Amino acid sequence: MSASHAEENRSLGTVTAMLTIIAWRNIWRNHRRTLIMLGAIAVGVWAMIWLTAVMRGMVDQMIVDSIKNLIGHVQIHAPAYRDDPSIVNSMPAPTSALTEALQDPAITTWTTRVRVPAVISSERESMGVTLVGISPEREQGLLFLPETISLGRYLESAQDDGVIIGAKLAERLEIQLGWRIVLMSQDPENEIVDRGFRVVGIFDTEMEAIETGYVFTGLETAQRLLNMQTQVSELALITQDYRHLQAIVDRLRTAAPGLEVLPWQELDKYLGTMLAVMDGFVLIWYLVVFIAMSFGLVNTLLMAVFERTREIGLIQALGMKPSLILLQVLIESFFLLILGLVLGNLLSWLSIIPIQDGWDISALGVEGLEYAGMSAILYPVVLANDVILSNVVVIVLGLIASLYPAWRAARHVPVEAITRI
Amino acid sequence: MGINLTLAWRNLWRYPRRTALTLAAIVFSDVILVWMIALQLGSYDMMIDNTLRAFTGHVQVQAPGYLDKPQLRRTIPGATDLAADIRSQVSNASVGVRALGFALVSSEQRSYGAQIAGVQPDYEPEVSVIPGLIKEGRYLSDTDQDQAVIGRVMARNLQVEVGDELTLLGSGKDGSFAAAVVTVVGIYDSGNTELDRYMVQLPLTAFQNIFSMGDTAHTIVITGSSHEQTQSLSRQVRSIITDNSLEVINWDRLQPGLKQAIQADFSTAWMMYGVLVILVAFSVLNTFLMSVLERTREFGIMLALGVTPAKVGRLVFTESLLMATTGMLLGIALGAAFTAYFLLHGFSYPGMEELASKFNLPDRFYPVLNPVSLLLGPVVIFIATMLAALWPAIRIHLLQPVEAMQTV
Repeated sequence: MSASHAEENRSLGTVTAMLTIIAWRNIWRNHRRTLIMLGAIAVGVWAMIWLTAVMRGMVDQMIVDSIKNLIGHVQIHAPAYRDDPSIVNSMPAPTSALTEALQDPAITTWTTRVRVPAVISSERESMGVTLVGISPEREQGLLFLPETISLGRYLESAQDDGVIIGAKLAERLEIQLGWRIVLMSQDPENEIVDRGFRVVGIFDTEMEAIETGYVFTGLETAQRLLNMQTQVSELALITQDYRHLQAIVDRLRTAAPGLEVLPWQELDKYLGTMLAVMDGFVLIWYLVVFIAMSFGLVNTLLMAVFERTREIGLIQALGMKPSLILLQVLIESFFLLILGLVLGNLLSWLSIIPIQDGWDISALGVEGLEYAGMSAILYPVVLANDVILSNVVVIVLGLIASLYPAWRAARHVPVEAITRI
Repeated sequence: MGINLTLAWRNLWRYPRRTALTLAAIVFSDVILVWMIALQLGSYDMMIDNTLRAFTGHVQVQAPGYLDKPQLRRTIPGATDLAADIRSQVSNASVGVRALGFALVSSEQRSYGAQIAGVQPDYEPEVSVIPGLIKEGRYLSDTDQDQAVIGRVMARNLQVEVGDELTLLGSGKDGSFAAAVVTVVGIYDSGNTELDRYMVQLPLTAFQNIFSMGDTAHTIVITGSSHEQTQSLSRQVRSIITDNSLEVINWDRLQPGLKQAIQADFSTAWMMYGVLVILVAFSVLNTFLMSVLERTREFGIMLALGVTPAKVGRLVFTESLLMATTGMLLGIALGAAFTAYFLLHGFSYPGMEELASKFNLPDRFYPVLNPVSLLLGPVVIFIATMLAALWPAIRIHLLQPVEAMQTV
């Protein structure tokens, strides 16, 4: 019993090997058609991988830029601070347990800030702003400064008592570099505090809300002005990978009980949603491209089958089972798909290489990007997951789509098929 | 020509399945493009209308230079009378006068810097959605003097409720000290944190007293029935204003970010559409080329019988033309039908609410079905498929009758 079983297995193996050879030869019988089909599959795969890389690059850039607008990857606050960003809702400087947790190798850098509403006045104008006290040397990667400073200098230390303001704010206040302004806010006892500062630097970010909204000074200077000792408003940090933060957030939550620890997706819901919408979009885009492509695939296979009607009838008459004919057409389609995928991945790679160091899309007439929070230089982002998903989509759905032509081929009645011209 | 057309049509249907599949590829892409472009235009319309209705309006009259430097001293003299003139002479337009300044707003516990807006309580509800968003108390009325409405976030941060008093401290137009005590009569909630945190609204006359403005104000806000009428609205307003130094400014200059964001979004969407068109063109090229290749023998016979290569080429081209036209017409019809469904029921996607609150959009929007959204995609695909069809038609000219007839 088991011997005959083994024999059957062996013969099935031989048959499959034979079918594979026939299928391989079949697809090269009409090499022009095969090449056209491979071209179509390759263009489809390219469309999936290339466009996804470009779109991901856009969204990533947006996220990276926003993270530099005082967000970071994770922030820690007193629980009431985000709803009511007042000095009353500040928190003590990090405890030793929290400092230890922040030594985590995954955390690249972290910093503390004072961040409270204030009023800035020049001799002619007054405006509401957010006063931010920073330790300049710790803000590396967390802030758009110092690279956007267009006039003057960056803050030198947490004790620096100069202020840095945006170009648009300077214009509104009718002041220039080196002039004096007055900052007014509240201390924890609700007493009004104010003092004069000299403008030592002006930054230029092209985003009006940022330029008119923030005024920077040294952390300790701000703490002294606001009578808040070593208290801070927030702690911000960046990690090596902004996509996977859950583990770090969990560890920090344990280390800082009573404080609110939030990743950027929660700090800026809009950005978090953008990333989620992007993931959904990728899948829909793959399906749309695949459907557009599958019409061509089914078409080619159908024609390849019809053209061989006589031949298929003949081998059926010679005793080949319909299921094996079905298998053979599927193997042909599998070869086409695999070769197309190889070409498509190659094409994607070739078209991403020239733009991987940045692609200036403003040259294409794309305008207004900075207003949409995007940058004019686009860096494509190729994720292994996207590449794998697109290849799997093509293979799996491609084989499913080939079932129809394969079934048509297997269904021929031998006698009719042979007699057809 | 007649026989050419008949022959081409019959040739197409010699392989009904293949023709149907190629048509399906064209129609599918047409439908996707019509739907996507219609939704895209719809979302822009929604975005523009909602942003402008929040506060900006379609057109504003301002003192020269106020747009770049919104300073208290750049004012429109006799603003209320001018607004009344515009209101009576321009039909279908809502007109409101505003004065805008800055003050330190203090409650018993807290102080914040905030924008102070003096508005006409009778007309403001027609040019802004804020009066309609009062969640506690009431909006301002014409008889109010020392009353104010504030946003929900500001109320929470200042720790005040309806009935509490606020102190305003700032400087007046003449540089004098401006101070007032006002009572909160209403709290609005627009869902936009910025708008809900940084603005206090007062009656215009109260603002003019506090800030020593006399009869001047900063902007006259004019809203028509739709942003598409901005141009004509702005022309009519211009003709009414006798003081030529005043500026009439359209929304695209008042909210440059809005127009730019739309342009950026539109340009990036083009990349996606472009890739889809390339894909369809490839698919169609494939079928056309195959249908020519497999008829090599037939063409050889036609050539041997004396049909000129140009004529055979024209036949093949006519086949492509018939196919592309049929595909386009079907695509437009089905695209319109598919989109019409969303025209009735609206469209929304998961996570849209967060996006909506950022751009101040409602949680669903409606596609715009106009000649642009309906024809743009199908026509581009038509052109791309016709370009793809050129190659097979040209190939005919390279055929040698005898060799061609021997092909199996």
